[in-house]
Amino acid sequence: MSVVKIKIESLYKIFGTNPKMGLEHIKNGVGKDELLSKYSHVLGLQDINLNVQEKSIQVIMGLSGSGKSTLIRHINRLIEPTAGKITVEDQDVMAYNKNALRNFRRQKTAMVFQRFALMPHMTVIKNVSLGLDMQGFKPEEAKEKASKWIEKVGLNGYEEKYPQHLSGGMQQRVGLARALTNDADILLMDEAFSALDPLIRKDMQDILLGLQSELHKTVVFITHDLDEALKIGDRIAILKDGKMDQDDLPADILLNPKTDYVKKFVEDVNRSRVLKAKHIMQKLNGKDISKAIKVNENDFIEKFIDRVVEEKPEMIVVQDKQNKNVGCISSKRLSEILKK
Amino acid sequence: MDFFDQFPVMEQQELRDFKKGIDLAFRTFARTYGDAIESFFEPLLFFLVWLEKLLTNSPWPMIILVLAGLAWIASRSILLVIGTIISFLMIGYFGMWKDTMSTVAIITVATLVCLAAGIPMGILMARSNRIQAALLPVLDMMQTIPSFVYLIPILMLLGIGKVPGLIAVCIYAIPPIIRLTNLGIREVDKEALEAVDSFGATTWQRLTKVQIPLALPTIFAGVNQTIMMALAMVVIASMIGVRGLGVPILRAISNQYLALGLMNGLAIVALAIIFDRISQHYGKRIQKHREGRNL
Repeated sequence: MSVVKIKIESLYKIFGTNPKMGLEHIKNGVGKDELLSKYSHVLGLQDINLNVQEKSIQVIMGLSGSGKSTLIRHINRLIEPTAGKITVEDQDVMAYNKNALRNFRRQKTAMVFQRFALMPHMTVIKNVSLGLDMQGFKPEEAKEKASKWIEKVGLNGYEEKYPQHLSGGMQQRVGLARALTNDADILLMDEAFSALDPLIRKDMQDILLGLQSELHKTVVFITHDLDEALKIGDRIAILKDGKMDQDDLPADILLNPKTDYVKKFVEDVNRSRVLKAKHIMQKLNGKDISKAIKVNENDFIEKFIDRVVEEKPEMIVVQDKQNKNVGCISSKRLSEILKK
Repeated sequence: MDFFDQFPVMEQQELRDFKKGIDLAFRTFARTYGDAIESFFEPLLFFLVWLEKLLTNSPWPMIILVLAGLAWIASRSILLVIGTIISFLMIGYFGMWKDTMSTVAIITVATLVCLAAGIPMGILMARSNRIQAALLPVLDMMQTIPSFVYLIPILMLLGIGKVPGLIAVCIYAIPPIIRLTNLGIREVDKEALEAVDSFGATTWQRLTKVQIPLALPTIFAGVNQTIMMALAMVVIASMIGVRGLGVPILRAISNQYLALGLMNGLAIVALAIIFDRISQHYGKRIQKHREGRNL
């Protein structure tokens, strides 16, 4: 049983001069557009419920204006909710006073920003040790810890440069190193790679996944890019107009979209590139696997599709790392999944 | 139709009494608190006198050397250093050394006072819209009211001397540093602030590690403006007993001495240019990170 690290319960956010009034209207069934036109209040988030599992990457996806950046800022209370409850490790974040909130931000969370938000007047090493500096670490100690993370993200040699002298991708590595140096359990990533060009973005995704496989942080990752979401998410929550449409495993988002919006969203995805064997396999249940080909559970469909076309097997057996059979895919199911 | 032709003026006698009342009230205030206010400014007077004596009594080559050294430290520009040396040599050669030193002393003290009071005020103003709304009209008034007008209450309070002169200079010179500190801090990138907040910065850390460093170029423009405005007040300050380059200019006005006025005026211009360049260069130099990309 996995542990829930961050629990968000019936969270509402309404922007305007009198949010409580707006909340009443929303609860009485007034829609987002009506709230804006009639009462000139903006609905940010509506009845959000989300459980983020410990040591997993929870992606929150939505188009611009869907409230995803607003949502992530509620976790460390950069934005105060209008109503609702946020619990981190069974502690009510909303109950924190100024001091407790500061300590929570210093020790429990670290954030990476879309437009990097580095300090232009500080060198790379100073930027990376910013969090420790806030906590009152001695400069030498902070520097030592920071250097370690600078090396991890592949920026050694750039310690004394200023952010302006680095490319976008390198700047975001600084942003990532800055967040990791804090040694917090929770990593909040607000469209962290959206401002980067595709190749660099892929690099950064790989760096993140590589680090995650050894660090096991609880990551909340915001993105508007479905491919990115499918690549790195352990779970994906889809946000639309401040409302949560679906929160599921990536494969389920693709294969069983719950709303028309999600369906439209995932329509054009190249499934063979984002679905792994384990996502689509079914139980073995003594099926005839004598003529089956064998694939690894973490292989993308793309990787074994050629073999399937060539050898035309009735059945594909899915194996884990230890070559143990864990499931199977019938060729009929495979073609159904790829047809849709 | 009398009403439209004749402006409804206050009764002559009443108006006279009204003005007299204000004058009397202020005079009483001056008599009661004048000494207290004067003793409050005593340390400032002491500092000013000490600095003026130091500048006038030190051997001139040493002063030039120190000033050239300051110019070098601040700007790292050999041209500026040479310009500084030549300007001061000429000032001395034309017999304005002592007056110039007095002026340098009062400008220095006035600028320091303005910065010490103005930067904190600017910071407060940036933190609260209400304080900004209250202070802005006051600053507007300080910059537009003719300086002779506020010389009157200052004279009534403190009489003629260095301290009233210093206060007059400060009233005129302090608005830019307050305004630009306020502006600089308000213009700091919101994302940078959000980032330090997300790492749990205290208000003080936020101010000292992000807001002030990022506002520094704007604050430095304010320092520069304050120095320039203090220099502009030199002549007016000399009317209420401040020694310096303003005194011969006043004499030149009343006697129509063209050359005397011109020479002292040009000495003020030279000081202005030197101070301006030094403070600007220094402001730029502390912004190392603003250099272009050099990857």
